[in-house]
Amino acid sequence: MVELLRFREDEPVADPAVTVDAFSDQSNASAVRLEPGDDARDLLPFLDQLRLVEINFPSFGDGRGYSAARILREAGFDGELRAVGDVLVDQLSHMRRCGFDSFAPEKPFSPADAQAALSRWPQVYQATGDGRRPIWALRHDAQSNG
Amino acid sequence: MYRYDHYDQAMVDSRVEEFRDQTRRRLEGKLSEDQFKPLRLQNGLYLQLHAYMLRVAIPYGTLSGAQMHALADIAGKYDRGYGHFTTRQNIQYNWIKLEEAPDLLADLARVEMHAIQTSGNCIRNISSDQYAGAIADEIIDPRPYAELLRQWSSFHPEFLALPRKFKIAVIASQTDRAAMKLHDIGIRMVRNDAGEIGAAFYVGGGMGRTPMIAPCIREFVPVDQLITYSEACLRVYNRYGRRDNKYKARIKILVHELGREEYTRQVEEEFAHLLTQGIEPPLAELERIATFFADPPFETGLADDAVRSDPGFALWLDRNTLPHKQPGYAIAVISLKPVGGIPGDASVEQMHLMADLAMRYSFDECRVTHAQNIVLPHVRKADLFAIWQQLEAAGLGAANLDTVEDIIACPGLDYCSLANARSIPVAQKISRRFADTGKTAELGELKLKISGCINACGHHHAGHIGILGVDRKGTENYQLLLGGSEGDDTSLGKITGPGFDEDGIVDAVERATDVYLARRREGERFLDTYRRVGIDAFKEAIYG
Repeated sequence: MVELLRFREDEPVADPAVTVDAFSDQSNASAVRLEPGDDARDLLPFLDQLRLVEINFPSFGDGRGYSAARILREAGFDGELRAVGDVLVDQLSHMRRCGFDSFAPEKPFSPADAQAALSRWPQVYQATGDGRRPIWALRHDAQSNG
Repeated sequence: MYRYDHYDQAMVDSRVEEFRDQTRRRLEGKLSEDQFKPLRLQNGLYLQLHAYMLRVAIPYGTLSGAQMHALADIAGKYDRGYGHFTTRQNIQYNWIKLEEAPDLLADLARVEMHAIQTSGNCIRNISSDQYAGAIADEIIDPRPYAELLRQWSSFHPEFLALPRKFKIAVIASQTDRAAMKLHDIGIRMVRNDAGEIGAAFYVGGGMGRTPMIAPCIREFVPVDQLITYSEACLRVYNRYGRRDNKYKARIKILVHELGREEYTRQVEEEFAHLLTQGIEPPLAELERIATFFADPPFETGLADDAVRSDPGFALWLDRNTLPHKQPGYAIAVISLKPVGGIPGDASVEQMHLMADLAMRYSFDECRVTHAQNIVLPHVRKADLFAIWQQLEAAGLGAANLDTVEDIIACPGLDYCSLANARSIPVAQKISRRFADTGKTAELGELKLKISGCINACGHHHAGHIGILGVDRKGTENYQLLLGGSEGDDTSLGKITGPGFDEDGIVDAVERATDVYLARRREGERFLDTYRRVGIDAFKEAIYG
């Protein structure tokens, strides 16, 4: 079973992630943990020093973390973005699209299920900054290439 | 109408396989019901009182003949021989087995259909004007914009766990036939002084237990920023919409609590940021989509009148057809409201007939309306009599569009696990009462809407006459509302007073219509008279 699924080559950060409150008090930390009610934009001045941002999903139905992830990536954050908590295998591909590149689910999922979930979608309809070219771009590539 | 290319088809096929896999894991016990619930909901599968209900998306209500035939086949193969057209221009099947649902979705995918995001806390099927592309008063066909939004909202990874469901309507006429201001986002395509097309955004409308009319937050979003602006509206909602109480989680509450100005300020800030992110499809994509909605090859020089010798046909012609933008053509509406019937229901045979009529007489197209009827949008006037004869023979010839018999009703306690009271028997009794007394035609336009609970799926707030079923100490009780409207003059109905039992509410409706008949002035509809004389005159007659 997978306890930490990671799509990065670099070494994982060893330091524990601190809360946003603790982070503002001792701002030399390199790992921070966002709760659903935290504003991801509060971290934007510190992105250079951060190597890991954990985004907590206390319940899989609370989707605020998806927006938090995209906001950090849109601001240029290229450190590790880890989804933690009630992370379900059926959410993996959507989380990847929002910029998450590691997953520490409370209840580990099987590698086969994770692989199936991640390879599910041949293409995507939206541009989300994850590097995938959306269908509308592919359509017009194809047209201009004749 | 829009046709899938290999990209669209692959997305829908992938979804079928994903759901097949999820269903298998559920049946094997690897997914708990709690974990499975949001997954099945995003595929339109609800667990109701007696069985699973599956809701199929009909994007902006538009169907080809082949698609209508497929819906009929599904009703025969997986349900008990009928389907129920809904107030969101969709169709529901009420007797579905979980283990058969993946096969049903595969049958849908073969005709470019799906049940994606027809429930759950995500962006739902986009609705639109049922007369799009046929009516003279539109400034442009709204459906290409609705299709662009459909693709953007399908599997949008950021917005699959919103605080609550999210409904978008797109129209392009001054006349609002889609209850646009009662949606989470209502979009009206407009033309500015420079002649350019853009979108006016109305955000934060809705019905339910706290009905609200959406305020306009921006009068003109350029058409090449439509997706970006929508994404900004959604992101602010996803981040700040309330999640502590599901009854306060819709965007209308956020807009109301922040105030229109503050919500708008936050959207504009997010919009300015998102404009730098390159998320907007190019105009070439909108143009590609628009080519699918070009006018069909209308004939010219056709006779512009229909022979009225049969009185039954003449009645239907006057009541159920509308002027078309093309001379010689008409818009014909098939009423799914036979006297004493279940509003919105159609049998396998009736669906096959409607599909055949669409193929033969209406350029292979039909529409579902939010009032739960079916439209043949492009019919030669010369063919109307033949169409009517076939409808009559199939029990579909009711000449009662927009009358007191044309009732919107939710499935209610006969099917729905949320309902407090039955809606269907009340609708049946009311339509029988007015058919028996012969007052239907005299009452003219009278929109009557029934919901079996406070969630308002039957749009009772927006009915000229609205009925809300409640549970009163264990018995079904019905409140009467007057003065709602979903059109350009959107208004919310007011409760007249204490509720009634099932027979009492039928009597109360009749008494309200008697006030109208006694007090109306020349040319006034029920709603106009109500607005002029006020609720007291009606209360007196109803309770006095």
